[in-house]
Amino acid sequence: MKGGFRVNRPGVLTLLQDAGRFGHNRFGLTTGGPADPLAFNWANRLCGNDRGITALEVTIGGLELECQADTIFALCGADMPLTINGQPKESWRSQRVKSGDRVALGYARRGMRAYLAVADGFNIPATFGSTATVVREGVGGLSGNPLQAGDHLPCAATSSRQCLSLARGYRPVYGGRVILRVVSGYQSELITNDQQQHFFASEYRLLSQSDRMACRLAGPPIDIDIPDLLSEGVCLGAIQIPPDGLPIILMHDRQTIGGYPKLGSVMSLDMSQLAQLKPGGLVSFKSVTMAEARHIRLAADSMYRQINPEVCD
Amino acid sequence: MKVVPASENALIIYFEQVVTADTSARVRQATAVLESALVDVLIDLVPSYASLLVIFDLSCIDAATLEQQITEMLDAAPAASSSDGKLVELPVYYSMESGPDLAEISRVKKVSVEEVIALHQSREYLVYAIGFAPGFAYLGEVDSRIVMPRLDTPRTLVPRGSVGIAGRQTAVYPVDSPGGWNLIGLCPERMFDPLSEPGMPLQVGDRVRFFSINRETFLARGGRLA
Repeated sequence: MKGGFRVNRPGVLTLLQDAGRFGHNRFGLTTGGPADPLAFNWANRLCGNDRGITALEVTIGGLELECQADTIFALCGADMPLTINGQPKESWRSQRVKSGDRVALGYARRGMRAYLAVADGFNIPATFGSTATVVREGVGGLSGNPLQAGDHLPCAATSSRQCLSLARGYRPVYGGRVILRVVSGYQSELITNDQQQHFFASEYRLLSQSDRMACRLAGPPIDIDIPDLLSEGVCLGAIQIPPDGLPIILMHDRQTIGGYPKLGSVMSLDMSQLAQLKPGGLVSFKSVTMAEARHIRLAADSMYRQINPEVCD
Repeated sequence: MKVVPASENALIIYFEQVVTADTSARVRQATAVLESALVDVLIDLVPSYASLLVIFDLSCIDAATLEQQITEMLDAAPAASSSDGKLVELPVYYSMESGPDLAEISRVKKVSVEEVIALHQSREYLVYAIGFAPGFAYLGEVDSRIVMPRLDTPRTLVPRGSVGIAGRQTAVYPVDSPGGWNLIGLCPERMFDPLSEPGMPLQVGDRVRFFSINRETFLARGGRLA
């Protein structure tokens, strides 16, 4: 048997993801990639991997894998009870496993999505430069599909890697409320000041119809009067206001072009938080300038690089 | 031309907001200019009917500097020509069995089925935008004698390769999908193939001409009939 992991139970929705598919938007191919890049990056880093290596995005939980290689893996992101051969284990640190071990994830107590990375990543051929699974397009992963029972996830064996742990103080905490920072843009100048203030002062509830394409919100509608638009490119975090006035936040699997008015886009850092919010969670918005957003992003990237995980075995 | 913020790391360039070959040529030209000049800072470019979304790496450049560079480069670019895009010729098997809405178009527009087919092939179309699904190219504009509104109730399954008309636009469905366009034929060419790169024959600004093939040729070229 070749090395890797066998999928015993695929869980609710488990997708192979790398950093995403870039440079193909103009052909109608969306970006894909991890909905929470922060947790995805930590999972890889705790395995000693380079950034953007193929890992699993486990939504809600229920995954069970059987090891067919001696290696290390790390689980980061949503708080899903992790066991190896039935023994509870800690997330946010790498764990050593050997062939025959069973790795099981329960259902998320906090957060929505967890990332399971292995040393040197899962060995999956790229399509259009990426392994990111986009089910709607049938692209990436294993034939464009979510994991299914019986799938084989090839990866290399390794015994030389150290296990690493992220100190508790650095681990994100996922609550029931997020404040998303927004860079105004697109048609924002066509939206009245009154309606913009109304938007930034309102609180919304995340609807269960949300998925990797878009987060849908319920709450006070925004009243805009913008004539028909020609479809135009939409980016990550773009906030669409359709005719019913209820904001829709576009996620990693969004369509590449769209014709609804948009008042701006949520900062990428905060998209990670939104990806971990459970349906029913509360969402509000805060305005930042494009320059502020850049400084915040660069400071966060610098902070990420400065944190040193601890060796733990 | 106007450059507007879109997100922390994206600017959108708006050209005159009209669907014309001239505007489309400016979009295509801007895409080509920025693609070669900004290769180090670009993450992705999304051209559409009358705009170009520029997604950049904010660790390499800030928005104000990029906006200035974009403005200078596009102001210095020579006038765009609408005939620069590459010409792609696509075969279509037009028939009652491959085009379930031909009869309805003929009835509503009071032109014969043969004329509908001839008019669809009578002009060169421009790729104004690609979206909805990978490889779904919005082509315009069809002869006014065959302009048809979308179906009242979209079909739950339109087979891959179906050639449709919606309003003044025409397109080839790249994959099996739901859809509300009026179907007039089938194209055996793959407009999107997830297993082959580049996988897509068309880009925004390309030109498309359709030509008629018979059933035998359609099948010989790998076309499939339900």
